[in-house]
Amino acid sequence: MAKYLTKRIGRSLITLVLIICVVFILMRMMPIEGYFQNFEKLSDEQIQSGLREMGMLDPLPVQLVHFFQNMFKGDFGVSHKYRVNVAVTEILRDKIPVSIKLGSLSILVSLVLGIPLGTMMARFKGKWFDKFGTLFIVFIEAVPAVVYHLLIQMYGTKWLNIPMLFDGADWRCWILPVFSMSLGNIAYYGMWLRRYMVDEANKDYVRLARAKGVSENKVMFRHIFRNAFVPMVQYLPSSFLNTVIGSIYVESLYSVPGMGGLLVNCVKGSDNTMVQAIVLLYATVGVIGLLLGDVLMTVLDPRISLGGKEGGR
Amino acid sequence: MASVQDFVAEKFEKKAEAEIKRTFDDLSDTNMATDELFSFADYNEEEAERTGYSDYSYWGSTVRLFLKNKGAVCMLIIMLAIIIFTFVQPHLPNQFDPNKANMNALFIPDRNIQPNSTYWWGTNSIGQDLWARIWAGTKTSLFIGFTVAVIEAIVGITMGVLWGYVRKLDFFFTELYNVIDNIPQTIVLILLSMILRPSIKTLIFAMTITGWIGMARFIRNQILIIRDRDYNLASRCLGTPTKKLVMKNLLPYLVSVIMLRMALAIPGAIGNEVFVTYIGLGLPSTTPSLGILINEGREVMMNASQRYQLIFPVVILSLVTISFYIIGNAFSDAADPKNHR
Repeated sequence: MAKYLTKRIGRSLITLVLIICVVFILMRMMPIEGYFQNFEKLSDEQIQSGLREMGMLDPLPVQLVHFFQNMFKGDFGVSHKYRVNVAVTEILRDKIPVSIKLGSLSILVSLVLGIPLGTMMARFKGKWFDKFGTLFIVFIEAVPAVVYHLLIQMYGTKWLNIPMLFDGADWRCWILPVFSMSLGNIAYYGMWLRRYMVDEANKDYVRLARAKGVSENKVMFRHIFRNAFVPMVQYLPSSFLNTVIGSIYVESLYSVPGMGGLLVNCVKGSDNTMVQAIVLLYATVGVIGLLLGDVLMTVLDPRISLGGKEGGR
Repeated sequence: MASVQDFVAEKFEKKAEAEIKRTFDDLSDTNMATDELFSFADYNEEEAERTGYSDYSYWGSTVRLFLKNKGAVCMLIIMLAIIIFTFVQPHLPNQFDPNKANMNALFIPDRNIQPNSTYWWGTNSIGQDLWARIWAGTKTSLFIGFTVAVIEAIVGITMGVLWGYVRKLDFFFTELYNVIDNIPQTIVLILLSMILRPSIKTLIFAMTITGWIGMARFIRNQILIIRDRDYNLASRCLGTPTKKLVMKNLLPYLVSVIMLRMALAIPGAIGNEVFVTYIGLGLPSTTPSLGILINEGREVMMNASQRYQLIFPVVILSLVTISFYIIGNAFSDAADPKNHR
């Protein structure tokens, strides 16, 4: 166990370092407008001296070393467009808690709704509940997320009679963003749980339980559900990523003061240092999510042999 | 504890006994009058010759199974109609140029005009004809989707075969996979579209640069499983060249899953295009795509009388993506030899 864990964590760390290097190199290829507040008005000399001041004219390896050094000190540079000359970390400090709150609420809601959905679909396989569920899943899986996010915002705010834009103090404003963000994961959990439960239902031990005369509900919840739930853990990391991506849409749609909305703003305003910091943050969240999924999987299912399994989903 | 167990066991036994008794009763009811089961069969020379004959053909069964799925066939027809129509539409009479800002006789632009007999789906905020723009946009989006799917399939299959077949490359590819798989694809998409100037080519590049590895991984796993089966071993002993072995023995096994992945890559790519446009890195508005149209529609969404500018592209987009999703799933079910009887 310990050996596997160290190996897996080591791999995640290596991946992170690689991601940071790649992001860093990509950022050097960005259009340099993104480093100046009023690029159009500057003369060539001013641009050159500005770049020199920021250390952009040093050789790439030197820059990379500087970048890592600063990062360990918690310094991600200053914003050039979004809020001029304010440290990136200071801007992010207020934004991160909002995003974490939204994201964790959404994962909670999708678990609370998605698991019953899958279970009930498997319980009433072929009945109308199953058919409606399948319809819902196909729609959510196939249609690009922005479509239903927009529809929910357009009609939801009207029906519930709440403002279009987000206000953190008003609890009603959390309903629609959290719900929109959860939809993808609800469909995802529902689809896989149903599939695993249907697979499980054809196994011998279930047939034995039925033959013994155990009631259908008991077979479903005591026998099938417990076994089908374990492999579901492997989808947790992907749903983590889904939430992160969903937050980009939803936060900017409802103007939630979180990181996703900020990313869209900074991309549009081509604020290079901000984009760099947020992208790194998202990549870290992604890597940690996958790591957690793998670790949970090994902890929960004793049948999985340790060390032999390869990383990844 | 033991007493509880005994109690439960006894209960189950009683239930099981009752069940068995009932089953026997049922059997004796139905199987009584079956004299004809023991009568002589007629001897027919032609029928007797037919032993060992099978008219099984892989593609025949696949097509037959697919056609049985009415919903998927319906979607396929809609899909084909849409694809053909995107090519036919510009040549119909009374069509507008998707990029021309239309004006009336007094040179006032026809802004935000509701759908009517001239502008079938209305006009947008600068007077461009929405009908023409939507079909041009569908064409662009479909082109991106198809190209991404084909490139991912070609690169993925080639790399996957190398990965699975050449043992020396396994370590390299596995490590590469572990890194790429850990990076959220959205991040790559955002960064690459920010660096490269937005155009159809750069979008396709940004989507395929990491997309192929999922396909390659899958092909590799399958090849590892079937590479050393007896029939492949036999082929190799008989001196079949590796190329032929891969093409004839390995890949046909994987057709169903390759098709499924390709079919799902198309709505995925179309969705990615919408996403990239949404965050402000999409194509220039002179090459209309579904992403651009939805984004333009979103800006006037608050105004109930102009909502048609969002609804029309959304409906077409949903239709396209859902039909690919359903067709892909139905086809992969039909192409799976396990479902052929």
